[in-house]
Amino acid sequence: MRSYLVLRVVSKLLMPFILLFALYVQFHGDFGPGGGFQAGVIFASAFILYALIFGVKDAGAVLPRGILRFGIAMGVLLYAGVGVFNLLVGGNFLDYNVMAKDPTLGQHLGIWLVELGVGLTVASVMVTIFFTFAGHRDRPQ
Amino acid sequence: MAITVIAIVKIRNLFAVVMLGSIFSLLAAAMFVVLDAVDVAFTEASVGAGISTVLALGTLALTTDREKKPIHTKLVPLCVVFLTGAALIYGTLDLAPFGSKNAPVHTHVGPTYLAEAQEKTTVPNVVTAVLASYRGYDTLGEVTVIFTAGIGVILLLGNWRRERDSGDDQNA
Amino acid sequence: MFLDYFNYWIVVFLMMAGFYIVIAHDNLIKKIVGLNIFQASVFVLYISFGKITGGTAPIIAEGFSVYSNPLPHVLILTAIVVGVATTALGLALVVRINEAYGTIEDDEIHKADEEED
Repeated sequence: MRSYLVLRVVSKLLMPFILLFALYVQFHGDFGPGGGFQAGVIFASAFILYALIFGVKDAGAVLPRGILRFGIAMGVLLYAGVGVFNLLVGGNFLDYNVMAKDPTLGQHLGIWLVELGVGLTVASVMVTIFFTFAGHRDRPQ
Repeated sequence: MAITVIAIVKIRNLFAVVMLGSIFSLLAAAMFVVLDAVDVAFTEASVGAGISTVLALGTLALTTDREKKPIHTKLVPLCVVFLTGAALIYGTLDLAPFGSKNAPVHTHVGPTYLAEAQEKTTVPNVVTAVLASYRGYDTLGEVTVIFTAGIGVILLLGNWRRERDSGDDQNA
Repeated sequence: MFLDYFNYWIVVFLMMAGFYIVIAHDNLIKKIVGLNIFQASVFVLYISFGKITGGTAPIIAEGFSVYSNPLPHVLILTAIVVGVATTALGLALVVRINEAYGTIEDDEIHKADEEED
């Protein structure tokens, strides 16, 4: 794939737009279609595109294994952490009404945090799965 | 969509089968848009036509490319499929007609969610509000399933970036 | 009456085709593709339950009064994501089976297992 100049240039141009679109879908999931899952998958697809064109090794230098595994765990921890925080503050588990002074504001904050956790985990898992599949050929048989 | 599925049944070149599966997912996403389910269409298009296809192509690269000729007769599976299909069609005769307002699914919490979601959560997208707030516990389980799938793939296929010390020495 | 139920019957046909692929073909990758088809047609069935004629997407906006039911959308969103998780794990298993047995045809794997015993 190194010799296809058009593919390399176009994918390098497109990657920031894909990432921006993923962030847009993530944070505008409240007002239009979207939300955590879709944003995570689109975010992962930018890095998968980079790995398809430039090779898994270069892509692995951009997102090293440690950061990906940190991302996978952090998303779930964020979600469960919001729930436990609600427990500590005085409400039920995952009851967002107690998160801020005003119940509706608390709901909005809770939904925002939870979608962020979901997006983080989904993006990290998709990228990890793809890198695992693609890098598997190097193993000794 | 029916034509795509019949083609998948008949064709033995696995690359073509995977591509037709991706086309099927895309057609299903278009169908979801027609049925007013925009969030679901978004997810199905990105996940079904994107990630599933990429992973299946990766699997094809790591295994073979063609399906072998079948040796068993296909009579028993065909009978099972016909019987199940007939039973399902008999079941659908009891349903409300397509698109009616009086179907039982619309009588319980659906209208309540539509009416109250914006006041209680200031979020216009009712699907996101229900997913993250009213049914937040289910979404926690779903994130855990994704997490488990990621861990499972890491365990099954090993380290994806083997330290190629000998290779790097030769290149340097 | 035919027009009322035609939608459901087409989806039942797609579901049965996916089911047939899973139980009749021996190749593991084709089985997984068939499973995906089965899941996708079940999703179409559920979403078509939630549609109301004349309604619109369940995003509250000015000027619309009839919305489609959001509850099936939420369930199907979760189901799609779980489906891709199982597909990824299934494909990883297929790669490992290929490394262990040298083939991905179901009957050859069975024969290899029986010969070991």
